[in-house]
Amino acid sequence: MKMILRFVVALSSVVVALPAAAALNVFACEPEWAALAQELGADKISVYTATTALQDPHRIEARPSLIARIRSTDLLICSGSELEIGWIPLLLTQSGNDKVQLGNPGYFEASQYVVKLEIPKVLDRALGDLHPGGNPHIHTDPRNIARVAQALEERLVQIDPANAESYRARGKSFLGRWQSAIARWEQQAAPLKGVPIVVYHKDFSYFINWAGMREAGSLEPKPGLPPTPAHLADLVDRMKVQPAKVIIYSPYNSPQAAEFLSARANIPAVMMPFTVGGTDKAKDLFGLFDDTIGRLLATVK
Amino acid sequence: MHRKGTMALAVAAALGLPHTAGAQTQDELKALREQVRQLDKRVQDAETTAQQAAVQASSRPASESAMNPAVSVILNGIYSNLSQDPHGFKINGFTPTLGEVGPGVRGFSLGESELAIAGNIDHHFRGTLIATITPEDTIGVEEGYIQTLSLSYGFTVKAGRFFSAVGYLNQIHAHAWDFTDAPLANKVFLGNQLSDDGIQLKWVAPTTTYFDLGVEVGRGKQFPAGPAGGRNKNGVSSSNIFTHVGGDFGTGTAWQTGISYLSTSPQDRTYDDLDSTGTTVTNSFTGTSGLWVLDGILKWAPNFNPTYTNFKLQGEFFRRKENGNLTYDTAAASLGTQTDGFTSAQSGWYLQGVYQFVPMWRVGYRYDRLNAGTTSNGLVDSGALTTADFPILAKYNPTRNTVMVDWSPSEFSRVRLQFAQDKSRSDATDNQMFFQYIVSLGAHGAHKF
Repeated sequence: MKMILRFVVALSSVVVALPAAAALNVFACEPEWAALAQELGADKISVYTATTALQDPHRIEARPSLIARIRSTDLLICSGSELEIGWIPLLLTQSGNDKVQLGNPGYFEASQYVVKLEIPKVLDRALGDLHPGGNPHIHTDPRNIARVAQALEERLVQIDPANAESYRARGKSFLGRWQSAIARWEQQAAPLKGVPIVVYHKDFSYFINWAGMREAGSLEPKPGLPPTPAHLADLVDRMKVQPAKVIIYSPYNSPQAAEFLSARANIPAVMMPFTVGGTDKAKDLFGLFDDTIGRLLATVK
Repeated sequence: MHRKGTMALAVAAALGLPHTAGAQTQDELKALREQVRQLDKRVQDAETTAQQAAVQASSRPASESAMNPAVSVILNGIYSNLSQDPHGFKINGFTPTLGEVGPGVRGFSLGESELAIAGNIDHHFRGTLIATITPEDTIGVEEGYIQTLSLSYGFTVKAGRFFSAVGYLNQIHAHAWDFTDAPLANKVFLGNQLSDDGIQLKWVAPTTTYFDLGVEVGRGKQFPAGPAGGRNKNGVSSSNIFTHVGGDFGTGTAWQTGISYLSTSPQDRTYDDLDSTGTTVTNSFTGTSGLWVLDGILKWAPNFNPTYTNFKLQGEFFRRKENGNLTYDTAAASLGTQTDGFTSAQSGWYLQGVYQFVPMWRVGYRYDRLNAGTTSNGLVDSGALTTADFPILAKYNPTRNTVMVDWSPSEFSRVRLQFAQDKSRSDATDNQMFFQYIVSLGAHGAHKF
């Protein structure tokens, strides 16, 4: 027993003795926050992206490789609002890293900095997998990205004051470019106003709200539950009476349900990038919105 | 402010237009101004209210209960069809553990209901209590521990009662198992599932490949240390060391493998057997017991997205050596109390695969095997007693084949049908059918890898 304890203590002293890594270790739960952190941090940070656009951020396994990453993380950036409730709490308790625990500066929840939509009035599991704090997919509204960028800039400055100037300068530059991009996107997205749209999951609600589109249904019968034949048949009937202009889904969704409804109701189905890396054009945050709006305009016309 | 002004002007313009054509007396102008002023105020009020509503709606309700810990309840019920009488269940070739290793009762029964309460205590600790209510109406503490949050450098300390980190499945709650029951190896070596009162120290290495190292010391309140609730002594009666390595292969496969060594010193560890005269006698073992467990798990999902299809391969190998004295008939109920040396080297393993072929549906297969190995019983070797006095220890290698299919309409419910051909007993094959539901209510728990 004593030998083992000695071994553990010896190992830990080796770890303590290691020089602090040059760059700040950032763990981004989703690709959009990795992209944002990269915009603000550039060479001052080293970003690890826990998930890709092909993964459903609700359903991630708490894999050993993720625990290993959190172990050495200085700043954790997640969407929050319980989006990652199935995996992040477990990673945090397993990691033995106090920097990123809730309440410490290394724990950053993006959704805390924006006004959330779709906060359920009634909380009951019979209504599906609800998020009590509101819809967590806040990044689909470009204005939210700007708000989170400001908060993230502050946080980076707080954690790594030595590089404060760099974060401030990059933050200013990013926000400048972002605001002009928003102005451009607002113009481009004008034809989308009032357009009825069918979504797969309620993960585009912020975009729909920003662009002034109208959600005419979702392929999931209830949030988080996979589409059922009965629900799809019901949607087909509804589309006959009040047709939507477009059906959208995310790269991590199977296209089957969307294609089914598309064929029956004769409404085009189109995959959205959803996040950075979701499509070839969505290489960064600017590309994400360019491609999202571009794909919708091309379909709706 | 600008917007409000513009809006008011627009309203004024809209209201004013028809009037410009007519007479513009001072009185009319005054009335219009008053109207605009009132409208402006109303717009302002409305916007303030809307703003407040948005902020309020965007915040959680504050009340005393807002600080309540996360509470969840697991309910499960089962219908069992067993071809052999479960009261006669035994696993031949191995020392009985007095754990809940049997297949349960025939017909309908309520499984153990679990009540889990967890939350951060403060910025240093997190607390978890998992209480079980058995169908026999007793309440037990399955786990009740605190865990550190604020240690750094990869260290975590856990104290209280918790499932030991011996092997893989032992740490996982029964409701999250892929089969209705535990592997035979877990039944004979860990008394189904080993939880102990003690303390655990774990360290996670600062490497990109997962590596941990940990040690547990405890009271030894249950098999293999002893079924008597632990020894009456200060210090440590059971210790376990473990290490795990894990990582990813490509963009779809995650793996983890571990090894652990559980070391205990059983004292008067009793079990009952039927001796050669047909009398039920109580025997006891005192000595040392060392258990190695090697475990491995591999999970595959296309692009790490398990929503549609995924596959899970899991296996564990156990090897135990015991060395000490066996006392026959401690109560002198039959041929008189006798003690002599006893050693054994036994092993067992299982391998299982579970495949989700479409959303919500999974199928699984498990193979179990135990090797009675070598046992040397001084009481038999010396000729004092015969093997017929220790029928349960007679050499036999139990095996079991299990298949299951389950349906999980949501993350919170599962219905499972399982068939098993259980050759735990040397004299009969038990064909088992289980039809089970497992549901969870309340807080959304996270499941371990």
